[in-house]
Amino acid sequence: MSSLLQSRAPTLSFSPSPANPLRRPSAAFPFRPRRTTTKIQSKIREIFMPALSSTMTEGKIVSWIKSEGDVLSKGESVVVVESDKADMDVETFYDGILAAIVVAEGESAPVGAPIGLLAESEAEISVAKAKAASSGPSAPSPPPPPPAAAAPPPPPTPVAAAPVPSDGPKKIVTTPFAKKLAKQHKVDINTLVGTGPFGRITPADVEAAAGIKPKNPVPVVAPVSAAEAPKAAAASKAATFAEIPGATTVPFTTMQSAVSKNMLESLSVPTFRVGYPVSTDALDALYVKVKKKGVTMTALLAKAAAMALAQHRVVNSSCKDGKSFTYNGSVNIAVAVAINGGLITPLDLYLLSEKWKELVEKARSKQLQPHEYNSGTFTLSNLGMFGVDRFDAILPPGQGAIMAVGASKPTVVADADGFFSVKSKMLVNVTADHRVIYGADLAAFLQTFSKIIENPDSLTM
Amino acid sequence: MHSISFSTAIIAGPNHHMSDFSPPSLQFCGLRRATLRFSRASRSETRRGSLSSKLHFKKLSASLSHNGSTAKAFDYDLVIIGAGVGGHGAALHAVEKGLKTAIIEGDVIGGTCVNRGCVPSKALLAVSGRMRELQNEHHLKALGLQVSAAGYDRQGVADHANNLALKIRNNLTNSMKAIGVDILTGVGTILGPQKVKYGKVGASDNVITAKNIIIATGSVPFVPKGIEVDGKTVITSDHALKLEVVPDWVAIVGSGYIGLEFSDVYTALGSEVTFIEALDQLMPGFDPEISKLAQRVLINPRKIDYHTGVFATKITPAKNGKPVTIELIDAKTKEPKDTLEVDAALIATGRAPFTEGLGLENINVATERGFIPVDEHMRVINAEGNLVPHFYCIGDANGKMMLAHAASAQGISVVEQVSGKDHVLNHLSIPAACFTHPEISMVGLTEPQAKEKAEKQGFEISIAKTSFRANTKALAENEGEGLAKLIYRPDNGEILGVHIFGMHAADLIHEASNAIALGTRVQDMKYAVHAHPTLSEVLDELFKSAKHKT
Repeated sequence: MSSLLQSRAPTLSFSPSPANPLRRPSAAFPFRPRRTTTKIQSKIREIFMPALSSTMTEGKIVSWIKSEGDVLSKGESVVVVESDKADMDVETFYDGILAAIVVAEGESAPVGAPIGLLAESEAEISVAKAKAASSGPSAPSPPPPPPAAAAPPPPPTPVAAAPVPSDGPKKIVTTPFAKKLAKQHKVDINTLVGTGPFGRITPADVEAAAGIKPKNPVPVVAPVSAAEAPKAAAASKAATFAEIPGATTVPFTTMQSAVSKNMLESLSVPTFRVGYPVSTDALDALYVKVKKKGVTMTALLAKAAAMALAQHRVVNSSCKDGKSFTYNGSVNIAVAVAINGGLITPLDLYLLSEKWKELVEKARSKQLQPHEYNSGTFTLSNLGMFGVDRFDAILPPGQGAIMAVGASKPTVVADADGFFSVKSKMLVNVTADHRVIYGADLAAFLQTFSKIIENPDSLTM
Repeated sequence: MHSISFSTAIIAGPNHHMSDFSPPSLQFCGLRRATLRFSRASRSETRRGSLSSKLHFKKLSASLSHNGSTAKAFDYDLVIIGAGVGGHGAALHAVEKGLKTAIIEGDVIGGTCVNRGCVPSKALLAVSGRMRELQNEHHLKALGLQVSAAGYDRQGVADHANNLALKIRNNLTNSMKAIGVDILTGVGTILGPQKVKYGKVGASDNVITAKNIIIATGSVPFVPKGIEVDGKTVITSDHALKLEVVPDWVAIVGSGYIGLEFSDVYTALGSEVTFIEALDQLMPGFDPEISKLAQRVLINPRKIDYHTGVFATKITPAKNGKPVTIELIDAKTKEPKDTLEVDAALIATGRAPFTEGLGLENINVATERGFIPVDEHMRVINAEGNLVPHFYCIGDANGKMMLAHAASAQGISVVEQVSGKDHVLNHLSIPAACFTHPEISMVGLTEPQAKEKAEKQGFEISIAKTSFRANTKALAENEGEGLAKLIYRPDNGEILGVHIFGMHAADLIHEASNAIALGTRVQDMKYAVHAHPTLSEVLDELFKSAKHKT
C-alpha cells in the first residue's frame, strides 16, 4: 500500500495544483517554504512531544505502540514517553494514519518537537514520509538541548578505542545486537575497535564505549558435568566480570538529568537555613499508638507541618516570578521519595497514609500521573530512618521552603534548675527562599511546629 | 445362533453348503451381508448362489485382524514407499480398511518429521520458550516473580531432543508392527506397474507386487548452489537439530517458518542472528498483517538483524582460523552487495523432494523440479498427462502442501479411494503453525489471496480482528501481545481464512480449521460456547464480531 505511494515522487502534493497531485512528477521544487500552506491542504498533523510536567524539557520515547501505517483513532494510545518523572501513554487527538515516525524508540526529543506524523488518509502518507525525511536529521537531536541527558554521544572519552581503527581496507564487522546498542546509545561504530572473534565489534565493546556496565552475561553453560569445555566467549565474559569495576562513566537517566537541572536552578534562588531542636517524646508515644492503623511517622510530621503552615501562610508561599509573593490556596505537602536511580519530590499527601503508600509505590515504579507529582507547595524530607541527625535540603524550584528532618536521638538536656534529664530530640532544619520568607517568619513557623509536635494530640483530630 | 450358522458356512468353504440353508437363515444372511458392507455384495441379488461368491475371505479376515490373501496374485493390496508421517498415516488407515499393507523404509522409520524435523525442533523450542521466560526479568517481575540467573547445558538440551526423536520413532514402529503392517527394510524402487523392488545397499533385491502403490518418500533440505555445507559451521536443519554447538552469531538464510523457529531457539540460547532473505519482506509466506506484528515482537526487540532482497551466492565454511563468509548480491540487479563474516550459517531455504532413483521412468513418470505431478486425488500423472492407474504420491514428494499432517491426511484420502470410496482432500482446511514464542498459526487464505479470489469470483470479503489484550487469560499470563484475524464472506458466512499470532496459537487454530473442513459458517460459530477464562475466547470474540448479512 504505502510502499506503492512511496515509489512515486513524494514531492508531488507540495505543488498547489489540486488535480491529481500524485500523477505529476516534479522533482524541481522539493521542499519550499510553501510547505506550510500545503500542510493545511494535505492535512498532515504532527504528533509532538508533550510536556508531562512543568519541569520537563525533553522526553525519551520508550516504545511506539503503533507502527507506521497503522490507523489511529482519536484517543488511542500511540506511543509511550518517559518524562523526568514517569512513563506516560500519549494519545492522539486526531483520527488518521501514522504516516511516519520521526523519533524512534530509545531516542529523545525536546518538548514540542514533532515525534511522529499523522496523515489523514493513505494518499498523504508519502507526503508525510517526505516531510519526516527532511526534518529527520534535526528532530532526533542527539547533542543540543538537554544539558546532562545522553552523555554518551561523544564516544572517545573512556575506555577502549584509544588506537584509531587504523587500516582503512579492513572491514568493520559488527554483531546485530552491537548495532542495536550503538544506535540506542548513539555510539559511532566506526570509532570502535572490535574485541570479538575475528576482530568483530561486540555488544560489550559498544557498551564500554557508551560507558555502561555490562549486565550479567547471557545464560551460557556452567553445566553440572565438567565434560563440556565452556566456549571461549563465555570464558572471556566471565573474565571481565571477575575484576572489580574500575573507573566508569554512567550517563544520567532522564530522571537523574532532571534532578541535576533542578538543583542547578536552585542555585539562583537566595536561600537560608534555620535549625530547631524538637522534643519528640510525646510524638513517639503517639506514633506507637497509631502505627497499627498504618500511619507512618512521616505522615505525622507532614500533618504537623501542614497545621503549622496553616498558621504561617507566608512559609507556604513561593516566589514564582521574582517579584511577587504567590500565596498558595491550599497546603500540599510533598514528601521526597527515594527511587532507584533518582529522586522524585512532588508527592501529594493529604494525610491518608494508605493513599500515601500507594503513591510511594507508584512513584517507585515510575507510574505517577503528572498532577500527582507537580503540585506540592512545601516539601518534607526525612532522612531520620537512616540515622541521620541533621542535614539541610536544597530547595526544589517553585517552592518557598523545604523541611529536612533528622532522627530523634536521646539527648542530655539541662533544665532551668540545672538538673539533667534525657529527652528525645529531633533536629529540624528548614531551607527557605529569602525573597519571600524572612528569618523571623521561619523561626515563628518552627516554634509553632515544635509546639504541635510536643503536644501531638491535635494531630489525630 | 445365526452367527454360528454363518461362520460354519465360511469354514466349510464357498458355494456348496449354502444351498442347504433354509430360507429364514438366508434372509438373515441377507441382513448380515448388508451390515458387513461388502461393496460388490451390496449390488448383488439375493440369490443363494451369488451370495456365497460374495463372501470374500479378504473382508472377513479384516475382522480377524489378519492379513489374508487377495483374490488376484498380488503380494500386497498396498505398498507404501517411505515410512515417514505420510506413509505411517496411510498404513494405519489401510489396515483399518482391511488392506494387506507393506511399507518400505530405506533409512529410519519416522522419516524427517520424527528424526530431523517436527519432533526434535519442538523439543528445542520448548527449551527455548522456557529459557526466554526465565530470562525475561521484566516480565516475571510484573507477575511478582524473581528468578536468579537461568542457565542451560547444551548437551542436556540436545539429549532431550534426541531422546524424544528416538521415543517417537519407536512408538511409530511399534504401532505399525502391532497391527500387522509388514515393514520392509531397504531402498524401494518402482520396476513397473504394480511391481516394486526393495533391498539394502549391497544386499540382494526382493521383488514384490502390489495392487496399489503410494510414494511417500518426502523431502530433504534444499541447498542452493554456491553454498558449501560442511555440517559444522554451514549447516542445514538436519544438523541444527542435533544442537552440537550454539554459535555466537549465526546467519540464517531464509526467513520462512523454519528459519524463524531456529532464530527463536538460537536467540533464546544466547546467540545473535542475521536473516538473509531473497524477497523484500521477511516472513513472506504469512499474512502481511500478521508478519508485520510478528516482526515487531519476534525480531525487532531481539538480537536479530536482517538483509532483505539479497541472495547468498557463496557461503564458505570456517577454516584456517577464518570465519564463515557469506557473499550477498542484490536479488534483482545481481550486483554484489555485502560480505558477512559470521560464526555459523544455517540454510533454511526450503525443502527439495526426495524422488531420485525411484525408478519413475519405468512407469513413464517425469518429475517437475523433483516433485511428482499428481491430481487432486493424489493420483500420479505420467509424462503424457495421463493418470497412472493404482499409483499415488503423498506428502512432500508431490509438493502440494509440505506439512506432516497434510501428508498423513493425503495418505488417508488415498486409502479411502483405494477402498472404493471417492475422496478429495480440502487443502484449505489444513492448518499450519509456526512454533515461535509467541506462536503463529493459520488456516485457509491470506488476505491478499482472499482479495484475489474475491475479485475473480465476484464476491465481497470482510475482515474481523480481535486482540489478545482483551482476553482475560492472556492478561492473567501477562501475554497480552497477540492478534486473531478472520477473513470471511459476509454474504453467505463462509470462512475463508483465519490467522492467529499469540500464545498457544498453534492449538487455537483448530476451531477454525474444523469449521472450514465441515463447512460451518460464521453465523453458526457465534453460538458455540467457549469455556471461561480461556484463550479460545479470543476466537469466540472473533466470530462474534463478524458481521454477516442475512
